Amino acid sequence: MAKTIDQHLDNLRETRVWRSIFRSGTGSSTLKRALAIQQNVFLHLFSTKVRTRMLSFSATWYLGTLTLGTFFILVATGIPLMLYYHPSAPKAYADTKDLQFVVSSGMFLRNLHRWSAHAMVFLVFAHMFKVFYRGAYRTPREFNWVIGVILLLITLLLSYTGYLLPWDQLAYWAITVGSNIASAVPFLGNKIHFLLLGGNAVNANALLRFYVLHCMILPLTAMFFVAIHFWRIRKDGGLYSHASEPSTLRAKAAARDAPAKEAR
Amino acid sequence: MMDETKTANANDQVNRRQFFAKLGLGSLGIAAAGTAAFAYQFLEPNVLYEPSPVIDAGNPDRYPLDSVTLDVNSGIYIIHSQEGYFSLSAVCTHLGCLTAWKPELGIIACPCHGSKFKQNGEKIEGPAPKPLPWKRIWLNDDGDLLVDRSTDVPPLQRDSFVRV
Repeated sequence: MAKTIDQHLDNLRETRVWRSIFRSGTGSSTLKRALAIQQNVFLHLFSTKVRTRMLSFSATWYLGTLTLGTFFILVATGIPLMLYYHPSAPKAYADTKDLQFVVSSGMFLRNLHRWSAHAMVFLVFAHMFKVFYRGAYRTPREFNWVIGVILLLITLLLSYTGYLLPWDQLAYWAITVGSNIASAVPFLGNKIHFLLLGGNAVNANALLRFYVLHCMILPLTAMFFVAIHFWRIRKDGGLYSHASEPSTLRAKAAARDAPAKEAR
Repeated sequence: MMDETKTANANDQVNRRQFFAKLGLGSLGIAAAGTAAFAYQFLEPNVLYEPSPVIDAGNPDRYPLDSVTLDVNSGIYIIHSQEGYFSLSAVCTHLGCLTAWKPELGIIACPCHGSKFKQNGEKIEGPAPKPLPWKRIWLNDDGDLLVDRSTDVPPLQRDSFVRV
């Protein structure tokens, strides 16, 4: 009788190579399953155990996960776009046109990048509204809310810096207006404007600075804070669930004990 | 060790360990300040390859009497009025958009947020906080009008016009 796929997978998991890569070993005991999460560099950021209820759609509407999903799409589409794009004043607009009309699948990648960017901004806001109205920002999760606000700002800055890169009229004037808004900062405004653009007007220097911010500095900063954001979910006791919060449990216990005391 | 530290503090003296710790932290502080200054200086370009602020607007004959002419590339208006030639910045004082002359209405209007200005730069309405600034204008030896975009002059003053 032929082996089933599961049996083949089990055999694979027993091999020396597999065991050298995945330290947690095989088996589906609670311990082994916990180790599979805890001993994985990526998964160990998350809680080892999660209530099934917290994985249901209604608990979070998956808004945070979907935001991360759009971020991954943006990285995966953004890197190939970089291969055809020169961040220089004479080439940027022509390269954008080429990506749209000449490069194979260029239009698909560019549009996917753009739509995902819009979706990410929408999802970040939706995620924050959901967290806010559930009251999930409260102690001990206040700091994770602060990290979330930083991530919102990074998301908006990513959108803003990416907006200049096509180097068309819309981009040029949007960044002219946006950078002039930065000049309104008291005392430091003009200095910030000058440093942001690398000059007095939106020019070749500004294009290069926005490119570096958009493709390197901001995504790396975002990843840094996303890592802290996820790690804090575990440290703060998992996703927020009103019924399982310590204060709810204490109140419940008090209500249970109160009549017993009176009877005594 | 604890006792030693306590006595040292009580006498307002620093023992060797504390001295080296302070020396190390102090050096790190100086290095951090130096790095901040270094980073700031690096981020500020020393040479700008931007267009010259002085524009050659050509022969005055190009501008008929009572005309307002926008030079899109340099962002200035050359206006030939009864009092003479003068130059106005075409960059909106609100958020830096390029304004346009509307001959049918006789006003300067900004497409971005709807600011409107008179022909002499005075604001009519909109979010612009200031009037459009007047720019220094003069004739060079070849008889061309030159405008210095980096120098503002007081509006409607005798010296702010060029008469040919």
